[in-house]
Amino acid sequence: MTLPLHLRVGVDARDVDVDLTVAAGETLALLGPNGAGKSTVLAAAAGLVTPDSGTVRLGDRTLSDATTHAWVPPHRRGIALLAQDARLFPHLSALDNVAFGPTASGEGRAAARERAAHWLAEVGMTAYERRRPRELSGGQAQRVAIARALATEPDVLLVDEPLAALDVESAPDVRDLLRRVTHDRTTVLVTHDVLDAALLADRVAVMHEGRVVEEGETGRVLSRPTSDFGARFAGLNLVRGVASAGDLRMPDGRLLHGIAETHLVDGAPASAVVSPSAVSVHLEPPHGSPRNSLDATVTDLEPHGQLVRVRTDLLSADITPPAVADLGLRRGSAVVLSVKATEVHLHPA
Amino acid sequence: MTSLALPRWLLVPAALGTLFVGLPVVAMALSVDWGSFGSLVTSDASTDALLLSLRTAAVSTMLCLLLGIPLAVVLARTSGTAATLLRSVVLVPLVIPPVVGGIALLQAFGRRGLLGSTLEVAGLQVAFSTTAVVIAQTFVAMPFLVLSLEGALRTAGTRFEEVAATLGAAPTTVFRRVTLPLALPGLVSGTILAFARCLGEFGATITFAGSLQGTTRTLPLEIYLQRESDPRAAVALSLVLVAVAVLVIGLTRARREPVGGVVS
Repeated sequence: MTLPLHLRVGVDARDVDVDLTVAAGETLALLGPNGAGKSTVLAAAAGLVTPDSGTVRLGDRTLSDATTHAWVPPHRRGIALLAQDARLFPHLSALDNVAFGPTASGEGRAAARERAAHWLAEVGMTAYERRRPRELSGGQAQRVAIARALATEPDVLLVDEPLAALDVESAPDVRDLLRRVTHDRTTVLVTHDVLDAALLADRVAVMHEGRVVEEGETGRVLSRPTSDFGARFAGLNLVRGVASAGDLRMPDGRLLHGIAETHLVDGAPASAVVSPSAVSVHLEPPHGSPRNSLDATVTDLEPHGQLVRVRTDLLSADITPPAVADLGLRRGSAVVLSVKATEVHLHPA
Repeated sequence: MTSLALPRWLLVPAALGTLFVGLPVVAMALSVDWGSFGSLVTSDASTDALLLSLRTAAVSTMLCLLLGIPLAVVLARTSGTAATLLRSVVLVPLVIPPVVGGIALLQAFGRRGLLGSTLEVAGLQVAFSTTAVVIAQTFVAMPFLVLSLEGALRTAGTRFEEVAATLGAAPTTVFRRVTLPLALPGLVSGTILAFARCLGEFGATITFAGSLQGTTRTLPLEIYLQRESDPRAAVALSLVLVAVAVLVIGLTRARREPVGGVVS
């Protein structure tokens, strides 16, 4: 079962005050730098921190209400928390870690182990069920932690920087697993990595100094942030389409060549993430190696730190002010965007 | 393994320290009259004292666990003035001389003590009974357990407990399945310390419980008594006490199997 989560909480000690709603089955990313108060919001939802004001509601249950002092303790909330470090119980095997939740909620030992075995299989860790946590790599431990959280069949999944502690080799696989398991679950995902938000979230809320400064549909927030802070922090090109022979077929039929971190199934939805700084702007098709050379129309020009962000109907590009002047760019200019295939990161979506 | 070298001069005082502790025990072992060792340690008075010591120390250690574990958890998971005050109270037996502890126990549980008349009405006369021995031992030994376990609990932190709660575990389940197992090394070493302290308890026992053969005369009391009449017996019994202590530590260590299996 999956339920909508409504958080309207203030935590004075951390100067956090937010109002967020996550629809049933939706994944909301809380994006922001370290210290923005993202983890505090999760702790308030899980019941590990008592909010000084506001309410936490799950479906039609009130989990906490600062005015009436209503309070549901963490173990009765049906909200599972996945932390940055897997936090597997060091004294239990992988299987017993996953069986912990079911036994704690009163299931018999045999049934709990059966359920645990099922979830370990779901995350592809059956072969490691007898291992102790210290015998697992970071990525393996995180997989077991995901299975452990899911084995409790939570109504809401809270995910706190799940990939931050992983090395670059294991992060894509765990991200892919998270994408699968958060797909139809009410999820709040805390991250400071725009890529995680781009690939996992339906909606993004950007947090800064304890407040939500921008909230909206993921593609919109990442490509066209309306707040200053959102613009500084986000600003990734996210292009959705379908996989086609290892590349991305965009909705207009053109191909975007890129590098896939995990295997892409032909015809399946996929997305490409491109940093604006990797996109260059030309008036004529450039000579040389870039495999992606795409016609586009400039829709906007705006300052972005020392650079100018050139927005087009396709991708945004960050270039220097002299380059803008040399090219004579203005709204409506017809340009050719080029980007190396190695700068286009393709993911299943 | 660390490859960082120790300053070499440290080895000299470290060796001196080892000698300082080891030499007296070795000297004692060397001076034992092995010919009459058997008859010395198996006399009625000696076996009575040894059995009484083992029995009371075992019961006292259980009491320490029963009262000390909850105390350690409360201390480890609370902060503030009240917690600081509580910690000071719990640690009092550690810093006062055992004889003073015995006198304090008399004032509390003795016949004319604070609770003496209440206990008497209930048909319990505590002072100068085996019960008094157990009370005295528990009194002096509990702080060792509490300190050791509290340290382990603080080191373990609450991270795993929080995860357990979000997985649906009620507080008692968290305590039983996460808090205690994670603090097990501290609990084991605390229990060993407490047991050793119970076994060696002298001052509070002789003050509060007296020295009646078979009832309150534990092995340390017997050794002290024998020292006057038969020094050879005192040395032999001392060695028995050392052997029992070493045996207990050895057994407990051996039972702590290495966690986890083989990495393939």
